[in-house]
Amino acid sequence: MSGEWETVIGLEIHAQLATKSKIFSGSATAYGAEPNTQADLVDLGYPGVLPVLNAEVVRMAAKFGLAVGATINRRSVFARKNYFYPDLPKGYQISQYELPIVAGGHLDILLEDGSTKRIGITRAHLEEDAGKSQHEGVGVSTIDLNRAGTPLVEIVSEPDMRSAKEAVAYMKKIHTLVRYLGICDGNMQEGSFRCDANVSVRRRGAEKFGTRAELKNLNSFRYVEKAINLEVARQIDILEGGGTVVQETRLYDADKDETRSMRSKEEANDYRYFPDPDLLPVIIEDSFVEAVRASLPELPDDKALRFQQQHGLSPYDAGVLTASAEMAAFYESVVALVPSDPKLVANTVMGDFSASLNKDNLDIANSRVSAAQLGVLVSRIVDNTISGKIAKEVFEAMWAEGLEADAVIESRGLRQITDAGAIGAVIDAIMAANPKQLADYRSGKDKLFGFFVGQAMKATDGKANPALLNDLLKAKLAP
Amino acid sequence: MTVPTLAALSAGLKTRQYSSVELTLAALARVERSQPQLNALVTVTAESALAAAAAADQRIAAGTAGPLTGVPMIHKDIFCTAGVLTTCGSRMLSNFVSPYDAHIVTLLADAGMVMVGKANMDEFAMGSSNETSYFGPVSNPWDTTRVPGGSSGGSAAAVAARLAPLATASDTGGSIRQPAALCGVTGIKPTYGRVSRYGMIAFASSLDQAGVITVSAEDAAMTLQAMAGFDRRDSTSIDAPVPDYVAELQQPLAGLRIGILKEFFGEGLSAAIEGPVREALATWQRLGATVREVSLPSLPLSVPTYYVVAPAEASSNLARFDGVRFGHRCDKPRDLVDLYKRSRAEGFGAEVKRRIMTGTYVLSAGYYDAYYLKAQRVRSLISDDFRRAFTEVDLLLGPTTPTTAFGLGDKTSDPITMYLNDIYTIGANMAGLPAMSLPCGFADGLPVGVQLIGPHFAEGRLLAAAHAYQRETDWHLRAPPAFGADFAGEA
Repeated sequence: MSGEWETVIGLEIHAQLATKSKIFSGSATAYGAEPNTQADLVDLGYPGVLPVLNAEVVRMAAKFGLAVGATINRRSVFARKNYFYPDLPKGYQISQYELPIVAGGHLDILLEDGSTKRIGITRAHLEEDAGKSQHEGVGVSTIDLNRAGTPLVEIVSEPDMRSAKEAVAYMKKIHTLVRYLGICDGNMQEGSFRCDANVSVRRRGAEKFGTRAELKNLNSFRYVEKAINLEVARQIDILEGGGTVVQETRLYDADKDETRSMRSKEEANDYRYFPDPDLLPVIIEDSFVEAVRASLPELPDDKALRFQQQHGLSPYDAGVLTASAEMAAFYESVVALVPSDPKLVANTVMGDFSASLNKDNLDIANSRVSAAQLGVLVSRIVDNTISGKIAKEVFEAMWAEGLEADAVIESRGLRQITDAGAIGAVIDAIMAANPKQLADYRSGKDKLFGFFVGQAMKATDGKANPALLNDLLKAKLAP
Repeated sequence: MTVPTLAALSAGLKTRQYSSVELTLAALARVERSQPQLNALVTVTAESALAAAAAADQRIAAGTAGPLTGVPMIHKDIFCTAGVLTTCGSRMLSNFVSPYDAHIVTLLADAGMVMVGKANMDEFAMGSSNETSYFGPVSNPWDTTRVPGGSSGGSAAAVAARLAPLATASDTGGSIRQPAALCGVTGIKPTYGRVSRYGMIAFASSLDQAGVITVSAEDAAMTLQAMAGFDRRDSTSIDAPVPDYVAELQQPLAGLRIGILKEFFGEGLSAAIEGPVREALATWQRLGATVREVSLPSLPLSVPTYYVVAPAEASSNLARFDGVRFGHRCDKPRDLVDLYKRSRAEGFGAEVKRRIMTGTYVLSAGYYDAYYLKAQRVRSLISDDFRRAFTEVDLLLGPTTPTTAFGLGDKTSDPITMYLNDIYTIGANMAGLPAMSLPCGFADGLPVGVQLIGPHFAEGRLLAAAHAYQRETDWHLRAPPAFGADFAGEA
């Protein structure tokens, strides 16, 4: 039955801008300080204090807008979103409402079938974050206002995604982009990058969207996928049972792996938005936009395309290697040392290297093997000193013991055997020891060729040059 | 009988006729004696005043004093003063000791002025009679059964009674000019953005402007000189050079084109006011000004427009008073909503609640376009009217108020009648224009004020016109008999 349903998803991503000070005050934004030590009178909403816009956030938002091909509005306006909550000291949040700084962009995501899909970005606007409420048991809540006034850019997509996987792909792409641009540290555990999802379903082919639910509190890619899938299943259940979906805000509870209603449309606040009279409209000059454009780094998609064109990588590999600027830079450093075989470099970086980083939960900056060290290792494959298989063993030793590739190869005697005479002698011995297999092979059991390769590799501890071994075996086994 | 102006006191301090400590003691004594009758102050800061005065005397002795050094003054209780109670006339802030100084508090302290106390005011500057103050009404020194006007009623009464030669004030819809007129003193509301709003507790941010109430235009020029200027902590503050207002007082009046605001002389204006205002106009004509009538057809819409825009902003500005971090908190809240509801219900008075409710209503979904957005459009029309008028004239002139001071309690039961008291003053706030009120006579023993409105940043022109008028007349030097003893003579 559920095959008849189509899922429609739009995301609102909140990315915390990586400024040193807050959006409207001089307080520091560093994460993890003692509660309420990074909140000044402006953040506390004291009587008489006024907000002053941090110019850096405008530059960062413009950077994002240009990177997604959006319009940078030459005039944008901060508005007040009014509601009462203890972690919102002023009783209103300063945000952009009718006139956001960024309007109308797009981002292409790579689908599982290898095709790309364009996701529309409706707008991106600047706003201040609220503080943090912590509910510590019955009747006790504490407030930390360190986060109050931290700059956010809220990136609102069009309802263009049709599955949880697409939503995750889009979110990851935005995550990559903001880190490339240096405007957000992307740390999801600390809440620097989080997302709400608007989810609805409709009969396939229907024009009208179904009634949507807004899912809150999605602070990991995994949760986004799980929560959306749960919500889609819930909505389909309701509709197939003859019910109607209610427009509401739902909270994803990762511990219970369920979504539950926070508030319905009827209970929703009337935020009474109006332009904040304490702040002037943000006026942006063309020269500012051009200066920001000139400061943009090579963007992930451009880099991926270049890797495909210059290095002959597949779109998938190019996508993986450009998922972070650090990964791409690492790859390029290795390629510079082994320009003859970028594909081999890509496989090594995406394979053993990435696996080891993941296993030890390290980022590239803290890698145990440098690009220069990895370059030497890959060169040794290319110049036939070792085989790709042996390279795995060498890499493991480099990673675990902090050794250089050449030192591992020498000390463990891993140098490849390229002496035709030596390999020939090994083959002769194997043929002599396995007369039955030899006879069978010669009578037409071609598959036994692999048996002889294996025996030879075993006898040489895997060091025989594979190509040479191949050639010699073929010659000697021939009837 | 002469009553010293700021200029005279400044000169007296310079020539060592008296010390700042002596002046300050005299001011404190006058404040103390006046309180039972006027209730002009909420807080008296005797100790810090005497310390500041002693420091001022050292500056005077060292020859590093400026023109304001050592002169006692009073801050309206809307301005935050570090370590001193800052109530904004509200129970909500009746326990609020500000941790910081407002920008103008810093500037005037740096200039060496001596704050002797904080002036009473309508609660959160919402009122035209000073009757909405949690700390009780202020009386008009000319007739203590009458109101001093508002919201800067304490400031105007204090200067009228010569408790100090000047008091700071704020003007959102006439809160400097209307009480100045009703108390027979000089008040200036500068151009929006000319004086920083940092540390001035917000009522309606797009209209609020700090200014000063003084005895004379010259005193206003001297004070404004120290208060005006860009402050990076206020985004709406304007980064433009501050002219030498004192030097500009000497600008010749010949050729000055004064426009009489047609809309201000119609129905509703009492004859008792119109007479002295027209006489003042004749004085300016004698001084060389030319006069013509000017019509601003949108101006009559300013009161209803104001009572949409100002409450809208106020409803949001006052949301921070929630009983959580500062100010009044209800006893034993049951839960969060109870804390909010009771703290605000107890902390705010009736007029403040009325405006919060009005403002919340006009911003609500479904009403925003019909009220708030429309009011903003009308506001643009009013600004356009003024802009057009200033292509033809240099200054606009009219009465400050429709009537002289009314009796305490006369209008408290009818908010609309009370609101109409600001009918002539609100226009300047709508357009962000500088405006002044200065004394121009009396009607039945009560002061009458004439209002001058100028184009943006024409404070110098306004002050010069006022100063020229005050050289020809002595209305501004008349002090209420009950409080008029020579201020400096007591030192």
